[in-house]
Amino acid sequence: MAVPVLDETASAAAWAAAARVTDPEVPVLTIADLGILHKVEVAGDGAVQVTILPTYSGCPAMGVIALGIETELARAGFDRVAVRLTNTPAWSTDMISDAARDKLRAYGISPPERTAGKRALFAPSADVACPRCGSADTERLSEFGSTACKALWRCRSCREPFDHFKCI
Amino acid sequence: MTQTSTDPRAAWLIRLGDSALILGHRLSEWSSRAPTIEEDIALSNLALDLIGQTRALYSHACALEGQGRNEDVLAYRRAEPEFRNLLLVEQPNGNFADTMARHLIFAAYALPLYEALAGSNDAEVAGIATRSAREMTYHLRHAGEWMIRLGDGTAESRDKAQEAFEDLWAYVPELFEADDLDRKVAATGFGVDPSTLRPAFDAAIDAVLARATLKRPVERHGISGGRKGVHSEHLGHMLATMQYLQRAYPDAVW
Repeated sequence: MAVPVLDETASAAAWAAAARVTDPEVPVLTIADLGILHKVEVAGDGAVQVTILPTYSGCPAMGVIALGIETELARAGFDRVAVRLTNTPAWSTDMISDAARDKLRAYGISPPERTAGKRALFAPSADVACPRCGSADTERLSEFGSTACKALWRCRSCREPFDHFKCI
Repeated sequence: MTQTSTDPRAAWLIRLGDSALILGHRLSEWSSRAPTIEEDIALSNLALDLIGQTRALYSHACALEGQGRNEDVLAYRRAEPEFRNLLLVEQPNGNFADTMARHLIFAAYALPLYEALAGSNDAEVAGIATRSAREMTYHLRHAGEWMIRLGDGTAESRDKAQEAFEDLWAYVPELFEADDLDRKVAATGFGVDPSTLRPAFDAAIDAVLARATLKRPVERHGISGGRKGVHSEHLGHMLATMQYLQRAYPDAVW
C-alpha cells in the first residue's frame, strides 16, 4: 500500500475538534490536556485516523473517549473516523500539561507529582498540597479512590478530604 | 479455532496475560466483601489494573499471531489446560492475609519482570510493560504495607500472615522456572527469562519480611505445571464462574 498523502490543513482542523473531547471522569480536562490525544491524521481521501494513548490499565474510560472523538469529528464534518489505541509510547502523568495541572487544582483535585514511577517503595509520600487551602500538611487516607486515576487524601490544616491524581 | 498460538511471541504474551487475568478475577471476588470500604475500593482497583494489563497483552498477542482470535476468545473460550497462568494466582482468596501474601509474592515477581520487559525490542510490548511496571510498583507497596501491618500487628494477625506465606511458598519456585519458550523469546530480545528475576524478587520480599518481623519460609520442592496447562482444581471452578455468560450465550455483547 502506498504511503497515504496527509492533508495538513484538514489534519489541524481535525486535531482541534478531537482536542475538544473531555475526560468523562475529570470533565475539566480535555484529552489534549491529559496527553491522551497523540496523533490526528487526515488522508487525502478525507479518512481520519486518531491515535490515543490509554492511561491506567484499569481505566474504563477509553471507550467513552473514542465515542466522544467520533462525535466531535462528525460535528466538524469528518464522517470517516477510526480511533486507534497505542502503547507506543506508554502514557504517563508526566504528559499532563502545566495549564492542565492548574485546572485540576481549581477543580479540587491535587495534580500528580512529576516523578512517574520514581518513588521508593516505603519512602514517605512526596509533598501533596491541599488544592483548597494550599497547605502541604496533608496525609494519605487511601492510595485508591473513586476512579483508577485518583487517591484519597486529607488536609490536616483545613480538615477537608480531597482527591489526588495518582502518579504513574 | 486454533487452541495454541503458532507464534512464540504471542504464546509468551498470552502466558503473562493469563496470570494477570486469573489474579485480576480472583481479586474481583473481594468486591463488596473486603474488611473496609477503602480496602474494597483498593482491591477492585488492583483487579482492574490486572484485567486492563491482560487486555493489552492479549490484544497485542492476537495482532502478532494473526489467527483471527481476540481478547474475548482468549479469556472466555479456553478451558483449564489451555490456560498457562502460574499456579500461585489461581489459589483461592482464603483470608485477607492469604490474599495479601499472594499479591505481595506476585507483585515482587511482576515488577522486575515488567521493568525488564520495558526493554523489549517490540515497541508495543515495551510500552505495555513500562506502564504495567509503574502500576505494579503501587501493587507491591499496597500488599507490602498490609503484610507489615499484619505481621507486626496482633498475635492473631501475625500467625495468619506467617501461615499465609508458609502455605503459598510452594508456588514460588514456579515463578522463576524457565522453559524453551522463555529462553527463545529472551534470546531474540522480545521477552524476558524469568530465572533472571529471582534476585530482585528476594530483595523485595526480604525488605517486607524484615519490617513485618516475619520469617522467610523454608523453600522446599515447589509445585509447578501452570505453564504446561496442568492446574490445581481451583482454576476450573473459577473459570466456570468467569466464563459462564459467554459459554451459555456465545457471542453475547453489551
